[in-house]
Amino acid sequence: MSLPVEHPRLVRAVGARTLGVLGYLGGMAILLAETLRWTTRGLFVPGVRFGRNAFMEQMVRVGVRSVGVVMLVQTFIGVILALQLAPTLKEYGQVDKVANIIGAGGFRILGPIITAVVLSGFAGASIAAELGTMVVSEEVEALEAIALNPIRYLVVPRVLATLIMMVLLSVVADLMIAVGGWLASRVALGPTTYMGYFQHMRDQLRYRDFFTGLVQAAVFGLLISGIACLEGLRVRGGAEGVGKATTMTVVYSIVAIVIAACVFTVIFYVFGF
Amino acid sequence: MPKEADNSEAARPIAAAQPVIRIAELVKRYQDRNVLEHVNLDVYPAETMVIMGGSGCGKSTLLRILIGAIAPDGGRVELFGDNIADLDEHQMDAVRKRFGILFQSGALFNSMTVGDNVALPLREHTNLDEDTIAIMVRIKLEQVGLRHAMDLMPAEISGGMKKRAALARAIALDPEILFYDEPSAGLDPVTSAEIDQLILNLSRKLGVTSVVVTHEMDSAFRIADRMAMLDKGVMLKVASRQEFADIRDSAPSGDLNHDLIRQFLRGEDQGPITARRLGSDYEEDIMEAAENF
Repeated sequence: MSLPVEHPRLVRAVGARTLGVLGYLGGMAILLAETLRWTTRGLFVPGVRFGRNAFMEQMVRVGVRSVGVVMLVQTFIGVILALQLAPTLKEYGQVDKVANIIGAGGFRILGPIITAVVLSGFAGASIAAELGTMVVSEEVEALEAIALNPIRYLVVPRVLATLIMMVLLSVVADLMIAVGGWLASRVALGPTTYMGYFQHMRDQLRYRDFFTGLVQAAVFGLLISGIACLEGLRVRGGAEGVGKATTMTVVYSIVAIVIAACVFTVIFYVFGF
Repeated sequence: MPKEADNSEAARPIAAAQPVIRIAELVKRYQDRNVLEHVNLDVYPAETMVIMGGSGCGKSTLLRILIGAIAPDGGRVELFGDNIADLDEHQMDAVRKRFGILFQSGALFNSMTVGDNVALPLREHTNLDEDTIAIMVRIKLEQVGLRHAMDLMPAEISGGMKKRAALARAIALDPEILFYDEPSAGLDPVTSAEIDQLILNLSRKLGVTSVVVTHEMDSAFRIADRMAMLDKGVMLKVASRQEFADIRDSAPSGDLNHDLIRQFLRGEDQGPITARRLGSDYEEDIMEAAENF
């Protein structure tokens, strides 16, 4: 009885974990597919309502309320980049190139990814907590009972609002990183660096640097809101479940964002974007 | 014994009508456990059917199947003559608009005022303008005695008021069937009696068919036209309120089902229900636990 147990237990554990991950991804795929279906139905099928008010509400909640935090964080990122890069660039006598690097790094990846991390805490966690609480207090069941589909009524406005706001906030983020870098240059790196700062950055940047960043931002927005809605709607077992969903939303979001960013980077690198 | 309101005149002519709800051979399993075993029940137009049973007897599961929240593993549930398992999402939504449900906790949307809660089904499912909706919300809230609470948030009102508000939301679309999940749970006796009166009024004035799931016997005998006793997933008896009252007031007969129902109705601490619980394989349980050390 005791001998052959060891091996199957390991196999079972790996199998169970694999099934868990697959199940989660499947749930996510279904959720996003349903979201897409209800979005297109809401936009194109007469009689199916889109819920514009809910959508606006979520845009304010996700985007407008977090714009201050995003600006603050990204300005500091700009400052950090400038001051961290300067000593090494100085060794090569290229301190004025700090603007080029901040521009490329900020627009291509740091703007979107840091904004996404901020939003996963700001919007993701609060969406998961809100939907989780609604599940616990039978509100989601009540919605279904009055013939309102929770995907259409709850998920669609949150996913769309997060996606759109993630893109818009990334534009703000890009600018603030540039400004932060300029501030640090102005204060610490001397006139040769800051005088030509924005000119250097403009020379460096191509439109594709900007757009590849925004494409990633949109995908990050989809990931954050998708994970948050899934975690929220899957909540079982009261307040404890809500807390767990909130934490897991932030953890899964950040992991998903970094993996997605890596995949995008490889693709962009291979295709020369 | 609780005093029963005399609503014998409300015993409606039901024999001729088709049932609005027909449950036939309904089966539901969770893992290996049969939660519902071949349950049969017909509910006729405008009657109030009370489904009773102890905790874990399957009555909440039955209610969830009735509203289409979970799917059964066998048998049929017909609402308004349609087997709900055959309906697609769109058709089921059409059926959902014809019934209302009062959840145990009320399940008001906590982010909206009481008025907006009642207005939501009207806003989403009708093309009425805001002025008309405002009037209808007032009417619905007046019917449950809550017109003054229209602008309050759910967090600001008491448990009894929440149930009333939830009831107003449930009747917003003028449903033909109302489901009540433990309407008196967590309420004081007076508030509970008021809710019962409300249920009676709605059923009489609006001619609604009501299905009430409860284990509060005072409440059950106040509102029921007919009653059904569910025990461990089995429908023990479906009969008129009077027949159940007779069982309650009778002496133990030696017939297991009769005595079981009698103990439940009287709320006694000794009888076949408790005997069954005590006789449950306690010793084997302990021995098994010891073996697994």
